[in-house]
Amino acid sequence: MSETIIILIKVVCALVWLLLITLYLTWAERKESAVIQDRIGANRASILGIRIIGLFQPFADAIKMIFKEDFTPRFSRKFLHNLAPFISFFFVAITISAIPFGDVLRIGGREIKLQVMDINVGLLFVLAMLSLGIYGIILSGWSSNNRYALIGGMRGAAQLISYEVALGLSLIGLIMVYPSLNLSTIVHYQGELLFGWLPKWGVFLQPLGLLIFFIAALAETKRVPFDLPEGENEIVGFFTEYSGLKWGLFMMTDFMEVLIVSTLLTTLFFGGWQVPWLAADGFHFPWGSEWLLPHGVVVLFQVAAFNIKVFFFCWLQILIRWTYPRFRYDQVMDLGWKLLIPLSLANIVATAILLSI
Amino acid sequence: MIKALGYFLEIIRGSIITTRHFVVNMHFHFMKLFRIKTKRKGAVTIQYPEEKREIATRHRSLHRLMTNEDGKPRCVACMLCVTVCPSECIYVEAAEDPDLEVQKYPSTFIIDLSRCCFCGFCVEACPEDAIRMDTGQIEFAEYSREDLIYNLEKLTG
Repeated sequence: MSETIIILIKVVCALVWLLLITLYLTWAERKESAVIQDRIGANRASILGIRIIGLFQPFADAIKMIFKEDFTPRFSRKFLHNLAPFISFFFVAITISAIPFGDVLRIGGREIKLQVMDINVGLLFVLAMLSLGIYGIILSGWSSNNRYALIGGMRGAAQLISYEVALGLSLIGLIMVYPSLNLSTIVHYQGELLFGWLPKWGVFLQPLGLLIFFIAALAETKRVPFDLPEGENEIVGFFTEYSGLKWGLFMMTDFMEVLIVSTLLTTLFFGGWQVPWLAADGFHFPWGSEWLLPHGVVVLFQVAAFNIKVFFFCWLQILIRWTYPRFRYDQVMDLGWKLLIPLSLANIVATAILLSI
Repeated sequence: MIKALGYFLEIIRGSIITTRHFVVNMHFHFMKLFRIKTKRKGAVTIQYPEEKREIATRHRSLHRLMTNEDGKPRCVACMLCVTVCPSECIYVEAAEDPDLEVQKYPSTFIIDLSRCCFCGFCVEACPEDAIRMDTGQIEFAEYSREDLIYNLEKLTG
């Protein structure tokens, strides 16, 4: 019974974390783009005249979206048209269940893993769920019964499938280094030290893998350098026929993908919840000194480190989105098939050679 | 491959530019938060309804009709502004004035601001310097088109 309650609490906490940060990513994107372009950004949304640098903006947006007309075109396939945004949303949101937020938390003789599900093949699960997100795109394009939306959906599916290959291949080198598919085990491996002082993070062991994974993951999020499926400003994209809250779900999915990619980058390449030189009982610095900490503080450090890393990568992705222009479609395909896939294959070979020496 | 490397270097350079903007602007924003005086602000935004930009003296804003000392409009209803107006938004009806010096005065003078394109030709055409666009008033939006039709009282007042 108490196990069930603990799992329920974990599920609720993870979902609230995911949705809240996704909500505030919209605000962060507006603010960060504004600061980059020497502007101020959204700061008008207020409650009773109080406006804290526009922190109420996401709620204003949500209220607006809820009360907009939810228009379903007469010529669309109604069931699939309604289903598509939820599929898209669900398969991204579910991936958070495999991400470890921290190590074990000990309360009252009970060990709680700060992870919703400790799946043995967590990495495969995450990749599979991210790939299934294609269904949302292709269904929304198809069921709208609009040729432009259909072409947009096809474009999106083609892009996602071609980058899926590079995404998977870039992680094989990582799996060779940390011989596990279990995400929490991968994070545990990253707590070890290299040469006695360097944390054994994926970024130091697999720099090329990180680069390929990052580019492929950016393409997976369908945001600006790779936003050919939707093309907010000129191309007609796959969710053209959507409005109101269903459109909002697609938008939320985009931001949620940013967050999921950040958590994946953190977990796989930047040590997850690991703080450099922080063991289960406190800091053990490489120069010999120690700083012992109680268990609760260590867990707090771990969760904070995870969050800081995730926020940093969200920031980086927003920066990238507001820096680069869009690729042309043939350039996207060239980059994916002719550069990233051969590079990731070379990465596998190089890793294998280095490991066997 | 070399081409790709060149692209990659340019990509890095681009991100350095945006990061520099972000860091510098955030620095000035934080300085403002801690009330430390700095050379410039973190953003160039003018927060419009609260802050207003100074309007240049030659800015063409809302029209006004000049009056003589006796309070009558300086306009002599010569119709030059009506002729020159490219959007045909001025309507003037002339009437006879008993004063032999003046002879004509406008009994109605209507400017339809919903059609006006603020070219300032009427001001330049006026031989009596009776119409000017120097009120500095730029906020005269209305809820209906009828309210944008300005008559003699509104223009002189």
